Amino acid sequence: MTALLEVVDVVKRFRGLTAVDSVSLSVEDGEIFAIIGPNGAGKTTLFNLIAGVYAPDEGEVRYAGARIDGQEPEQICAAGIARTFQIVKPFPDLSVRDNVAIGAMLRAPDMTAARAQGDEILRKLDLFDKSAQKAGSLTLPDRKRLEVARALATKPRIILLDEVMAGLRPTETDRMVGVLRDINRHDKLTIVMIEHVMRAVMALADRVHVLHHGASIAEGAPQEVTKDARVIESYLGMKAAH
Amino acid sequence: MKGALSFLTPRSTIALLVCGVALLIAPFVVDRYTLSIILLALLGTYLGQAWNILMGYCGLLSLGHALYLGLGAYASAILFVNYGVGPWLSVFVAMALAIGAAAVLGWLGFRFRIEDVYFSLLTIAFAEIVRIGFDNWSFVGGAAGFFLPVNASLSHQWWNLRGGPLFFYYLALAMAVASLVIAAVLRSSKLGYAFLAIREDPQAARALGVNINRTRFLALFISAAMTAVGGVYLAFWTNNLFPAQILETSKSIEIILAPIIGGLGTLMGPFVGAFLLVPLGSALTDGLRAIGLSAPGVKALVYGLILMAIIAATPNGIWPWLARKLGLEAREP
Repeated sequence: MTALLEVVDVVKRFRGLTAVDSVSLSVEDGEIFAIIGPNGAGKTTLFNLIAGVYAPDEGEVRYAGARIDGQEPEQICAAGIARTFQIVKPFPDLSVRDNVAIGAMLRAPDMTAARAQGDEILRKLDLFDKSAQKAGSLTLPDRKRLEVARALATKPRIILLDEVMAGLRPTETDRMVGVLRDINRHDKLTIVMIEHVMRAVMALADRVHVLHHGASIAEGAPQEVTKDARVIESYLGMKAAH
Repeated sequence: MKGALSFLTPRSTIALLVCGVALLIAPFVVDRYTLSIILLALLGTYLGQAWNILMGYCGLLSLGHALYLGLGAYASAILFVNYGVGPWLSVFVAMALAIGAAAVLGWLGFRFRIEDVYFSLLTIAFAEIVRIGFDNWSFVGGAAGFFLPVNASLSHQWWNLRGGPLFFYYLALAMAVASLVIAAVLRSSKLGYAFLAIREDPQAARALGVNINRTRFLALFISAAMTAVGGVYLAFWTNNLFPAQILETSKSIEIILAPIIGGLGTLMGPFVGAFLLVPLGSALTDGLRAIGLSAPGVKALVYGLILMAIIAATPNGIWPWLARKLGLEAREP
């Protein structure tokens, strides 16, 4: 396996605050890679650096061997990296179907084809019977699913999932885990996920990368990382680690 | 094209045909005064549709569309009077000029991320700069205006837009229909969906691969070029141009009222809005004069109150409400 996505010594500062402090990671083609860490650890900022929302102050982001840091979000999506937003961003006044069709039109010849591709993804994510509803009228779990559906519709090679499990009930989490595993295995999609729901992380991730105060503190298989003293400390505080 | 019509149900097809036939035979049924009101409503439909593509679909609020209207009108009028260039040729110059102005505006606005109301302010500023410029530019007649010769012996030269009321009526009808077709084709195309995505959430649109700068430029260019064509019509129909009329902010506001009242971002909104507001305006003028209330400002006051009542009653515009009442809602494609 080769590295599909590489983040090398990336730094991002907001005024005085260093949100991402020299983070490096490497995601293999076909892998499910989880990024965990307490709130404010810099996870979403790291996603925004990969997805082109910000350019890093230092360091590089490489995708399939080529540098992509500093490119615009639409260029990075077109290159094959799709992302979801932690705070969901549906097109509220458009139907669920149109929301996903807009994702699909990136690579579809016309809207008829885009809609057909979108419908397929809606079925996969159990949203098809809500396709005529306005996205703004969906419940939060459905909006999370719509985020994933829209990103998948762009036919990416890598999908960046920002807390898509948050707010889902355990049965819904298991269903989403099943969907993600399926797209990873059958569609050969590489998944990078920021996730707090450890049930999903343990079930899905090949490797876990832990951020704390913007810096990397651990990386490895889920079972190892969750035993790491520094990880437990960062989540639960000093005492629990001892 | 087929996809563009897929929103039509059998019921709405019939409704559209009835409207079309009524407008086609109107000149033989109604008197000249009524016909001139319908003509104005058709022109309002056309200009409203042009503006609606920018605001209703792409979410860019232009309060300076008089700029494109004026540029188109002046360009064609000057080319005709001073250089003998007919409108069928100068219409392209008019569109090019409008696109040029829109390009400068868009470059400033999109390049420097001037968003929302600040973009709207920019559109007003642009229109006002040009209006003040034209007011003081003797080549275009300045504040005293620019006039096209009205010569009865030329009235057969329809190819130079020197026709009678009937000719101008059918031209306005053709333009209104064309604007509806353009809007419908756009609405069902990838470009149209990119417009909608940007209107709904620019950041999410970019994350899905929509090039928002390019798309916004296209929306601006289409809207500006269409408006400039309306300006050409206006020049040859009215035969006189004054910066204080055609380039005024009040003209920009007049253009945008019909689509807002009719229903932003809807295909039929500009049509419904224009066919309500234009007759309402002239009915008010007549009515107030009849009861001896023709003091300046009274009409604007009453008109404004009626607009407020309509907006309060149907905040999303008349058309979405009317379509529901008449069972004419669009079908999912």
